[in-house]
Amino acid sequence: MTVHGEQWLDEEAGPVVRPYALIRGRTRSSADDLDLIAMVTATGAPYTGEAGLGPEEHRILGLCDQPMSVADIASELDLPLGVVRVLLGDLHDQGMISVRAPAQRGPRPNERILKEVINGLRAL
Amino acid sequence: MAYEHSEEPVALKILVAGGFGVGKTTLVGAISEIRPLRTEEVLSDRGIGVDDTDGVETKTTTTVAMDFGRITIREGLVVYLFGTPGQERFWFMWDELSYGALGAVVLADTRRLTDCFPSIDYFEQRGTPFIVAVNCFDGAERHEAEDVRIALDLDPEVPVIMCDVRRRASAKVVLVTLVEHALRTLTPAAG
Repeated sequence: MTVHGEQWLDEEAGPVVRPYALIRGRTRSSADDLDLIAMVTATGAPYTGEAGLGPEEHRILGLCDQPMSVADIASELDLPLGVVRVLLGDLHDQGMISVRAPAQRGPRPNERILKEVINGLRAL
Repeated sequence: MAYEHSEEPVALKILVAGGFGVGKTTLVGAISEIRPLRTEEVLSDRGIGVDDTDGVETKTTTTVAMDFGRITIREGLVVYLFGTPGQERFWFMWDELSYGALGAVVLADTRRLTDCFPSIDYFEQRGTPFIVAVNCFDGAERHEAEDVRIALDLDPEVPVIMCDVRRRASAKVVLVTLVEHALRTLTPAAG
């Protein structure tokens, strides 16, 4: 929403480099169906591609030193989810990250876990 | 691997749905460390002239950012909260979010009860366990939970509770009620 007379490059204007420029205009990737709470871990494998890794990819690798969820990564990078998925897809294709689907994907969690969650929430 | 626990780490998803301005952000923020999660930028100006703010006098803007909170129950067991934009045009996100979700909290505002119809229909159809939490706003008429249940035509087993999402204790009760309900739907009482 732009009001007349306002500066162009405030936060509303977004970043100077548009997110989709970071991913060279692509909106689809091999990571499209990545669950938001899938855990991503850097494998430590070396980069073998040609285009070179951007600062965002380096940041992802740094963050994923420990397993981190897709949602956490997107939030840390402050980039739209679709952009992060493309970046993750590239890194995954390169074998530089491993992705583990949430253990409870599909069928709902079991009774023991839910009871643990209830007790944990009560204790907060 | 950093996980000392002998089992696979478990991440669970809880959705917080409801109409525009009903308190989803407040609820997620009351109980967890809240952070914004941006979704596709291309959507960011579609809300202009579309969001219906009647009766929501103090809220003048809406964002495409999803509210995202994390509660660590113990190492290796984490609950993620996602405040889903309530408008129907975001349903593409709901499909993704509701898959494998433990359950959903539908927040309701009695001044605009019809706003939560789409959420309720959605979760009923998907078979996602949900509860209705009526956020008691200042200046809003207090309704009994049973009146709300009737007005929303809810199945008798769906819990309806009154809450004040600004209070952490109240937000805790909301989540505990949901997880207990999810547990009941998992293990239906015999007979």
